[in-house]
Amino acid sequence: MTAIPEITKVQELIYELKIEQVMSRPVITVTPDTRIDQLKEILRVNRISGVPVVQGSKLVGIISIEDLIKALERGEMHSTVGEKMSRQVITVNAHDSVVEAVKRFEEHGVGRLPVLDSSGQLVGILTSGDITRGLLHAIGLGYHQEEIRRYRASHIFEDISSDRTSLILCYHIPARELQKAGEASSKIKKALYRLGAQPGFARRVAIAAYEAEMNLIIHTLHGGDLIAEIHPDKVRLLAVDDGPGIPDIQQAMQPGFSTAPDWIRSLGFGAGMGLLNIKRCSDQMMLDSQVGVGTRLEVLFYLKEEAVLGEHLSSTS
Amino acid sequence: MKIGEVSRLPDITTLVLPRTPEQEISGGYASDLLSCVMARAGAGNIWVTLQTHPNVVAVASLLDIAGVIITECADIAKIDAATIEKAREESVALFATPLTTFTIIARLARAGVLGIDEG
Repeated sequence: MTAIPEITKVQELIYELKIEQVMSRPVITVTPDTRIDQLKEILRVNRISGVPVVQGSKLVGIISIEDLIKALERGEMHSTVGEKMSRQVITVNAHDSVVEAVKRFEEHGVGRLPVLDSSGQLVGILTSGDITRGLLHAIGLGYHQEEIRRYRASHIFEDISSDRTSLILCYHIPARELQKAGEASSKIKKALYRLGAQPGFARRVAIAAYEAEMNLIIHTLHGGDLIAEIHPDKVRLLAVDDGPGIPDIQQAMQPGFSTAPDWIRSLGFGAGMGLLNIKRCSDQMMLDSQVGVGTRLEVLFYLKEEAVLGEHLSSTS
Repeated sequence: MKIGEVSRLPDITTLVLPRTPEQEISGGYASDLLSCVMARAGAGNIWVTLQTHPNVVAVASLLDIAGVIITECADIAKIDAATIEKAREESVALFATPLTTFTIIARLARAGVLGIDEG
């Protein structure tokens, strides 16, 4: 557990990026009958430390600056690449993830990997420097794209003209599916951030949405709908179900009052705080219920004067 | 205390690393009742609980909690894999310890983490 956590994004990227996106091409190659003193010039001029050896269109070996130095020591500069090259070539496929190349570099300790396409043709070459460059580029690019997405989302209402524009997010919440609990609220919160909401405001809505979502999961017969209506100046949250309904709303609002079954309580739910939590973090809460018909919860959150969702984000941040 | 330093406390197993290890823990909160956590725990808090189901992560993520320590967990293999997976997805730092809630809180307090009513 000593890994540096900032690496997470890079870790993701080495799985996402394909080798063909980061490799160098075209590839400088030599043939088996290239002389070692010619090879020296090719490496020097191109500032590289190794090249694949091809015959016709077939990859037959690889030769590096180390092989060159050995030949130099032995006074064999007039020998040919074919005599000095390694015939066992470790390659990678163009369509593989960068992580495959990283593994091969670690495993074999080689400096470069020829890249082959699906038909076995040499299409590029990969060094650890290529990977570093590719990752840096991808991080920069990713950051830029995220900025653009955020900007577009946060200005969504500016470009759409109507007397009243709102964004409606609907989620169907199935009864008793605890595994998925919190997903809808989490999506609502993310959408609010996208639209430029301040963290405190997004948190208030998220807490209420979560409690409403839990109520639909724990207490309803057939689940219900959780709807977030996002307006430039407010958010309206609706939770609607078709039963069983609350017999006594005043009692349901009492702190600690709960009708949750024991197994739900043992998981830490059903503390009898849900509706209270919703009331506490909202600006307005309306609860209507009829036994045998259903329950409708409406919660309102107002943005403070200067804060506006979906536009003019740049002036507030 | 920084959230990244929790990993280095004795008897703590890190299940999901914090995304921002340099983030200062804003306070501590302990409860096994999710609605209480919803009502009281604040952004950047460390939350100590016995609960291990995936909803712990949902709650922590919604509240922007810095990290969760699961206590009395003698065998981390017993933690629901979905909980760890979800924590990874939501970037919620997750730790486990065989020690009891009280012991862990005492250690956090010695490391300078205050309860939310003291902060």
